[in-house]
Amino acid sequence: MILELRDVHRTHGSGAAVVHALRGVTLGVRPGELTAVMGPSGSGKSTLLNLAGGLDRPTQGGVYVEGKLLGELSKRQLAALRRRSVGYVFQDLNLLPSLTAAENVALPLELDGMSVRKARRLAVAALDEVGLADLGPRFPDDMSGGQQQRVAIARALVGDRRLVLADEPTGALDSQTGEAVLRLLRARVDAGAAGVLVTHEARHAGWADRVVFLRDGVVVDTSGPLAQAEELLEPAS
Amino acid sequence: MSIRHGLLALLERGPMYGYQLRAAFEESTGTTWPLNIGQVYTTLSRLERDGLVRPLPENDGGQRPYEITDPGRDELAQWFATPISRTDRPRDELAIKLALALTTPGVDVRAVVQTQRTATMRALQEYTRLKSRETETVDLPWRLVLDAMIFQAEAEIRWLDHCEASLMRFPPPPPKAVPATAPDPEHSEVTHS
Repeated sequence: MILELRDVHRTHGSGAAVVHALRGVTLGVRPGELTAVMGPSGSGKSTLLNLAGGLDRPTQGGVYVEGKLLGELSKRQLAALRRRSVGYVFQDLNLLPSLTAAENVALPLELDGMSVRKARRLAVAALDEVGLADLGPRFPDDMSGGQQQRVAIARALVGDRRLVLADEPTGALDSQTGEAVLRLLRARVDAGAAGVLVTHEARHAGWADRVVFLRDGVVVDTSGPLAQAEELLEPAS
Repeated sequence: MSIRHGLLALLERGPMYGYQLRAAFEESTGTTWPLNIGQVYTTLSRLERDGLVRPLPENDGGQRPYEITDPGRDELAQWFATPISRTDRPRDELAIKLALALTTPGVDVRAVVQTQRTATMRALQEYTRLKSRETETVDLPWRLVLDAMIFQAEAEIRWLDHCEASLMRFPPPPPKAVPATAPDPEHSEVTHS
């Protein structure tokens, strides 16, 4: 298991204003597995993703990344784990406009103390992986929305991140470009990463191996893959 | 879609015999619609009866090809020119099931919604998997058929989400009890539940 949530609870506020964002969620994601989390607004999807990425701490229960219990890590250890092992793709791309595509992608590695030269080399490889090999020197404002989104994905995948967390990663992209983004995510997971995709679009969740349905902070059902595609094919009538 | 028009469309490419028609039909629908050879021959004989195709002499292999006739071409052109009527489609069993679930005592409507959503999601995952396996070289007809199934499954899930949200906003009143012929000692309990 690369990611494991064990009986995770998260409450916000207290007293009469208490909100139970998650109420006892248990979930594991293996290497090579993409899990989608679906649910309406307020069902706890984003809270789950923030906990998985160590951006938030559970009120109760444990979150494990590569076997490490995040609650037992120091701030410094947690920050290092986030930089090295976890890649994030958010709807809001958070690309720095004053840096080129390659510099944006290399940034997390450089922040982690890697030499600029090595970081740039890995950044170019990551841009190549998302089909933007030639656009490294370009600034985000000079790229299309789809290209910017791919830069954000390259930044999430750069280096050897084994856990990729995506929150509505296709944003407002058209269906073809959005599909290209999901293919990239799928390819990285097929290459051995573990992925969690938060989405309210069923068509995007369709790319996952498993779909977890969240309602009011509780997992109400899980859809795994079918063994036989033939079961879906209706005979002609 | 009718098999009838499917076969006419295939015969417009040139004469074919039964097994060729079946193979071509399945190829053009990406095997999402398997046909048995009996259906092909039954349909061919009806088309022949209606004058839309005609049999050709048997070939050396003993197979009898069919060719499309001019009335068959007219029928095919008419089919392509006419939108599919929504009333010709089968009634939506799922919508009817949910409507009945709301008015049937003792049915957990949210569970019906969730069960269907999980099943439809599984189908959507499988269609997506079939699609993701395909490379750019895959033929366009098959991709479009797959996309159609993906969009239909997605629409169904969106509708189920909508139903669930509506159930939460407007919880259905408890189903009306069937009038009892004798006084029901638990009646008051029922009305309070």
